Amino acid sequence: MSIKHAEEYRDRELSKSLIQKIHQNSHRPLRLMEVCGTHTVSIFKNGIRSILPETVSLLSGPGCPVCVTAQGEIDAFIELSREKNVIITTFGDLMRIPGSDSSLQKERANGRDIRIVYSAFDALEIARNHPDREVVFLGVGFETTAPTIAASVLSAQAMNLKNLSVISAHKQVVPALNALMQTREVRIDGFLLPGHVSVIIGAGAYRDFIRHHPIPCVITGFEPVDILSGIHMLVRQIDTGRNILENAYPRAVSETGNAKAKALLKTVFQSGDTVWRGIGSIPDSGLFFQQAFENFDAAKRFRISYRQTPEPRGCACGEILTGVKIPPDCALYKKTCTPLHPIGPCMVSSEGTCAAYYKYHGG
Amino acid sequence: MTTDHILLDHGSGGKISSAMIRDIMLPAFDNPILSMLNDGASLEVGGARLAFSTDTYTVSPLFFPGGSIGDLAINGTVNDVAMCGARPLYLSVGLIIEEGFPIEDLRRILDDMGKAARLADVLIVTGDTKVVPRGAADKIFINTSGIGLIPDGVNVGGERACVGDHIILSGTIADHGMTILTQREGLSFDTEIRSDSAPLNHMVQAILSAGKNVHVLRDPTRGGVGTTLNEIAIQSNLGIRIYEDRIPVKKDVAGICELLGFDPLYVANEGKLLVFVPPSDADAVLAAIQNDPAGKDACVIGMVTETAPKRVIMETRIGGERIVDMQTGEQLPRIC
Ligand code: SF4
Repeated sequence: MSIKHAEEYRDRELSKSLIQKIHQNSHRPLRLMEVCGTHTVSIFKNGIRSILPETVSLLSGPGCPVCVTAQGEIDAFIELSREKNVIITTFGDLMRIPGSDSSLQKERANGRDIRIVYSAFDALEIARNHPDREVVFLGVGFETTAPTIAASVLSAQAMNLKNLSVISAHKQVVPALNALMQTREVRIDGFLLPGHVSVIIGAGAYRDFIRHHPIPCVITGFEPVDILSGIHMLVRQIDTGRNILENAYPRAVSETGNAKAKALLKTVFQSGDTVWRGIGSIPDSGLFFQQAFENFDAAKRFRISYRQTPEPRGCACGEILTGVKIPPDCALYKKTCTPLHPIGPCMVSSEGTCAAYYKYHGG
Repeated sequence: MTTDHILLDHGSGGKISSAMIRDIMLPAFDNPILSMLNDGASLEVGGARLAFSTDTYTVSPLFFPGGSIGDLAINGTVNDVAMCGARPLYLSVGLIIEEGFPIEDLRRILDDMGKAARLADVLIVTGDTKVVPRGAADKIFINTSGIGLIPDGVNVGGERACVGDHIILSGTIADHGMTILTQREGLSFDTEIRSDSAPLNHMVQAILSAGKNVHVLRDPTRGGVGTTLNEIAIQSNLGIRIYEDRIPVKKDVAGICELLGFDPLYVANEGKLLVFVPPSDADAVLAAIQNDPAGKDACVIGMVTETAPKRVIMETRIGGERIVDMQTGEQLPRIC
């Protein structure tokens, strides 16, 4: 793997001048939504809220992958981990997410074989090394993670690997933006669009969205200078009454995206309706296996039927994920819900908004 | 969500560990020395002041760039004793070995322990070995305990931090934790990172002779600098302010942390220390640390404040502000 360095996008002087421009251009209260969980974390980590004018409010959107995963799916993951002979492989983020009566972390402490991996290819390795076990990868994430998972499924197919399967709970960002714009309580003046997802899908993927819902949009990277540039572009658009798509992350995002990754997605997956926590079912927002890859579909292999489990009582994750509420609006925040005793996923995921508020705003 | 079973988080050194110590351990052993919750205990015995500390080492892989479980087990306890302001003298070693463990590996580990002890100038004076059936332990676990002598006039502890104290960090952070993680997970990068495992007792001696008013000495091991600073803020009931751009992190280590979604502030170190000294002593102490080969990147990373007691606040690189909270549990690699 190669390591990236991004010193120039953390420059203090550059940041200062952007902050100054944001102050100059913002004249009325604005509600800007950062769609991606990585943005949320970077905004908190860099203390960006503390240097913005009071008129600019940043709201977190539905961009924390494990947070938007429906409660019924989390419960199904936990149930699956209790199946005999199964090895569950997952990204670390899912471990602590509370299901209705347990979590993967607790199941692991109870002796279930649950392994944290860094890539779906690790799951493939595990499957090869344990031919007598059923290895299931929990596929949660957006267009950023899904292509690698597609690639690993293709490799598994080429190797004729029979004991690997994947739960595809992947989601796509643009349908969620459409759904947000159609929700009445949602009031947003502009979007910071997710940089990593845009690297894959390309700026062009948003054109239809913005045609139907004219609103200021800026594709934004993750370093402080990137985020400040994104905010500045949004503030400037709003100030001058424009609703266009701008790209503040041109070093990584092109108009058409990553052709290879898109082809992988298209080969292995097809779009279908799926349920998002807090939003409900969104048409064509999920990625499901194409028929040719059905035998890799863990949902089919283990006959998983997702139940409509209610979300934890009193938990406002749904409204937080849509920017309708912020964590302090939740009656449970800091009272019964803390990172030690999380009630909803937003308090445990490293990209969860409640966790970020608690961690960086003082718990 | 409370839990009936021990989770890996209970051993992470973060909030969950603290809660377990407070709720289960302190009540069982209740005494004023333990309740101080310093890295080691300071004891009065026959007119002398002794520092006493113990630690158990489990690490996978057993051998890694920059060290092995062997030197870790020596350096870790030497450092815990040294952080009491003491000169470490004697160590005990307890080994729990899994049936089938290669003698050759054991020899290598013991060899590393011997070398580390000589380097730290301590003697291993007693020990114990248990072999357990295959599967009852993972390869080898090592416990070491150490005692040392606290010189007259030395008085350090987290509760002694004072408003205005400068906080010196002896070098780059997160080297050890990220080395172990990348080795364990078999992640390979275009450059090699190395553990910083090193004995710090000689550096501590130099610090104590350079500054007569050293208030706090701590090695930010498990839980990292973020957790250690929070512990000191709580013990002293004062605030801590640090500056992101002054905290040294090797470029490659920072890059790997970012890739995996780890905050270097919470990643373990095994050869770094934090010193709290009044401004009058800061220059001399800093120079003493920089004189040590393990301390050449040392710098002042922040100071103790009256405002925001029990809190650690960081001024970010771009001039923003954020709270550095105590970590809750183990950091887990993120999605994407
Ligand atoms: S504070 Fe807890 S209960 Fe409230 S919304 Fe956040 S995660 Fe849900």
